[in-house]
Amino acid sequence: MPETEYEQAFRTAIHDPGTATPAGLASAFGGTPDKRFDVYRNNVTVSLVEALANTFPAVSRIVGEQRFADLARLFMSAHPPKSPLLFRYGHEFPAFIETFEPAATMPYLADIARLERAWLDAYHAADIAPLSPEALSAIAPEKLPAARFTRHPAAALVRSQYAAVTIFNANRQGQSGQRINAAIAENGLVTRPDIDVALHDISMSNAAFMAALMNGDTLTRAAELGAAADETFDLSAAIGLMLTTGALASVDA
Amino acid sequence: MNSHVAIAKDQGLRFPAFPVDGLSGASFKPEHFEAISADDEFSGFLEIHAENYMGDGGAPHRFLSAMRERFPLSLHGVCMSIGGLGDLDKEHLARFADLVRRYEPALVSEHLAWSTHDDVFLNDLLPLPYTSETLSRVCAHIDQAQEAIGRRILLENPSTYLLFEESTYAETDFLEEIVDRTGCGLLLDVNNVFVSATNHGASAMDYLAEFPLEHVGEIHLAGHAEQDDGEGHLLLIDSHDGQVADAVWKLYEILIGQCGPIPTLVEWDNDVPDWHVLKSEAAAARAILDRNAQTFLLGRRHA
Repeated sequence: MPETEYEQAFRTAIHDPGTATPAGLASAFGGTPDKRFDVYRNNVTVSLVEALANTFPAVSRIVGEQRFADLARLFMSAHPPKSPLLFRYGHEFPAFIETFEPAATMPYLADIARLERAWLDAYHAADIAPLSPEALSAIAPEKLPAARFTRHPAAALVRSQYAAVTIFNANRQGQSGQRINAAIAENGLVTRPDIDVALHDISMSNAAFMAALMNGDTLTRAAELGAAADETFDLSAAIGLMLTTGALASVDA
Repeated sequence: MNSHVAIAKDQGLRFPAFPVDGLSGASFKPEHFEAISADDEFSGFLEIHAENYMGDGGAPHRFLSAMRERFPLSLHGVCMSIGGLGDLDKEHLARFADLVRRYEPALVSEHLAWSTHDDVFLNDLLPLPYTSETLSRVCAHIDQAQEAIGRRILLENPSTYLLFEESTYAETDFLEEIVDRTGCGLLLDVNNVFVSATNHGASAMDYLAEFPLEHVGEIHLAGHAEQDDGEGHLLLIDSHDGQVADAVWKLYEILIGQCGPIPTLVEWDNDVPDWHVLKSEAAAARAILDRNAQTFLLGRRHA
């Protein structure tokens, strides 16, 4: 095998179990090196399934270990990792789950995966102090309506048509036996004000408000969107939530 | 906290400059953070896989900073792909350099292996043929890595499961050439020596006899698993999931008897047990180091 080709041959054979062992490899004892090469196939596959199971433990618990491994292997073929930082692997996994036919009976599963991916991103996010009440009150009142905010690096919002937060919590905490009505829409706001990741179940109107602020809309625009989402929207309570959750990093007015 | 860190760094006082001479250590696993924090006895060093600490912030860095305040650190890279055909990932090198600057490790190491082809990451330490072409490329990569991090690195001998027909160098000769050309040091993994020797029907003692021991700056010990190769031969797997095998302890004791104390790390990465189990493995290595230290001159350097 020419020197420049063995890596490509390894990669092809590792990713496709149906491929023959690359040429040019040998056992010191003679005989076929096939089972020896399988060690590498196995190491790569098993370690990546494990990495995904570590990132998506609730998804794994919901579908079961074996089915999760099948799902993970299909995902790895379609989306092999492009970075050695495996804690960043699997951002395409939630969308991939939506195409996984056996999971069609669990339409909430992709949103659970979105929450789990956001949770791990928050866990590793930069250490930045969230927006403080002092920073907000330092803004002149006449400038407040046009103020825009910067999302905190740990913050993410998953707006689900399903009870994603309740299902996430039940499976992350290992609860069983409780009845969950999956059809109740929930909005999960993931933040990390200090070292611990937090998941807040916030209302429709607060989700509309927070999504707008996190996207850089003005406070006025965010309040309009919040009020449009739900007539019970309470701006001062929403501002309180914005401060206590730590979803924003700074304000610019 | 961040402002204190910035000030301390400017003054060059961020962490104590703990030496690792004569010490043993264990892999640091986040699940052991509380047990180690409460442990007043452990006086070894800790080793981390660099990639696990390449996130921006959060708990991993908080844990590691607290550990680094108390113990010497070994920064062990797993994914640089030094043995790869392609160029090293400059972003990865920059992240590695940041960790070296931030945590001031006593030891820095990587593997003679590859894991990235084109832009796809194959999460394993994959083997390479030992030829003059691969030798040049590995040396260029080590030069580049040492330049990027501003430090000498220790290169680890791999566990291998098969051989390349095109190889023209023995692994020990290949490593010796790398050391001569790049000035890097070596991390001698005694479990890898035993695993590879068994897998290739060779003698671990012969391998050690050929190994450029004077350049070894760290030793690794770890557990391995047993399989068969489908052709009636034992195939050992570098699994890091159990205690160090008796045969590996024997090799280690002979080695330390010949070379004197070399910082020694017990790796345990899968099926990780309670901290006290890792600690007792590290203590077993330390006992061998201490026993042999007496026969060597104080302060003798090995790498």
